[in-house]
Amino acid sequence: MDHAAFLQSVVATDPDANTGYRTFKLGDFEFSRDAYFVTVKWPAQGQTRSHQMHADDFLRAMMRDVAWGFFYGWVNFDEVLGTRNHYGKVDMYAGAYNASFREAGVDYTQQFETPIIMATFKAILKDWVNEGFDPFAAPEETGSAFGAKHGDNIAAIDRTRIATKRMPGLEGDSPLRDDFPVNRQFADVSQDEPEIHAEPGFEGQLHAFSLFKYLSRSDVTWNPSVTSVCKQSLFCPTTEEFVLPVFHGNDRVEWFLQLSDQIIWDVADKDTGEPRARITMNAGDIAAMPADIRHKGYSQKRSMLLVWENATPDLPKRYESGELPPYPVAL
Amino acid sequence: MQQTQLGSLDNYRKGNIEVIKGKASHYAMSNVFEVASHAAPYEKVVVGKNLKYVIETLRAQGVSPWFCASHDEFAVALDGEIDVHFIKPSDGALVAENVEGTVKLEGEPSGQKMGFVRLRRGHQALLPAGAAYRFEARKTGVLLVQTILGSASVEKWADICIQ
Repeated sequence: MDHAAFLQSVVATDPDANTGYRTFKLGDFEFSRDAYFVTVKWPAQGQTRSHQMHADDFLRAMMRDVAWGFFYGWVNFDEVLGTRNHYGKVDMYAGAYNASFREAGVDYTQQFETPIIMATFKAILKDWVNEGFDPFAAPEETGSAFGAKHGDNIAAIDRTRIATKRMPGLEGDSPLRDDFPVNRQFADVSQDEPEIHAEPGFEGQLHAFSLFKYLSRSDVTWNPSVTSVCKQSLFCPTTEEFVLPVFHGNDRVEWFLQLSDQIIWDVADKDTGEPRARITMNAGDIAAMPADIRHKGYSQKRSMLLVWENATPDLPKRYESGELPPYPVAL
Repeated sequence: MQQTQLGSLDNYRKGNIEVIKGKASHYAMSNVFEVASHAAPYEKVVVGKNLKYVIETLRAQGVSPWFCASHDEFAVALDGEIDVHFIKPSDGALVAENVEGTVKLEGEPSGQKMGFVRLRRGHQALLPAGAAYRFEARKTGVLLVQTILGSASVEKWADICIQ
């Protein structure tokens, strides 16, 4: 199917007469929203099961799932709903990684071709994100997600992770952010640039930029962008404020290096959601997120976080099969 | 506005792990300023490892040996003021294509001087594949290097991690 065909695959009702929002179907799942809540329904044991989330929480989570292209592994919208990326196909699930739902047999998972679920999620965001609400922004920086449908915010929801081939600012690579304003919480971050003194004939071959200046001008939260590529090793720094809108489940080991301020991480079992640890990371701290956990971060002030990913193909299979241990270092 | 907290060799506050189930060592957590403060100048201490890929922290103090890699590497200055000087080798590749990670060179390689970049806190430099480079700290500091585990990498996890 081409792009237009995928868009045509989106199944939606006409706008509700009272709220103005459409209801969407994705396979056996149904997504609806009202002034305050999103309701998701699915079949289980011959019945229809349902789950509700605050509309703002749901939209922030779905926005990350779309912007990250379903990311590495699991994106848990909350303790019930989420997606699992199979890189070409994506599982939508309800209760499948919640011990109680699993035990009761009321969980449900359905797999979709990536473009199909992506088209549906984008259509939901387009319809349900109102004018004045930016799901990428910190709560202090944006208006309300609530109320009957009023306008839209297409520009806000079209932002994605920035792809970089080698390093931002190199010729033909991703741009720097010199035209963006400095975020209000990074007003004290130095904006000075490195000095480049190239000998004649080597102009353009030496390259440096201010990573902290670049991050201080990020207009989104919890949305990593690549800033250096060493084969399959990707530095993906990001700026964080308030709470990571999803509980990210790892299909590989990833690492966090706190570049400024503090983030506190809740870590839980990937499959059951049982708590495992609470990690407080200050500037200079570096820690691994093992391949068998899910994590959610809290940043009371906007902070800079270096997310480090290994994009080597087939890692999910190697971890899932037990070929690779979930922990990166044997101590 | 709350002040932005950036760490340094002289001022860092290591975090902690409250374990509910499992072991603290599963998270291989350390603090790059603490590690650098206990390291020899330009000792390439691995603080992050993802299969063959690593993040190393270096105490930048004085002048480093010359280094080279067959692939791109990247350096981020987290403290201090550090110059990175580059040479384009004139006698063919200094490191074979199939050798990964940073290779420490014996002395200054022959070749053309490419120039230098001066890094201060928060600045990132490309260490391009095939070029020889050397760090010169104008003010002692800390570098992160994104690279691949190699002959110059030093692993001492038991000494640096919260357990």
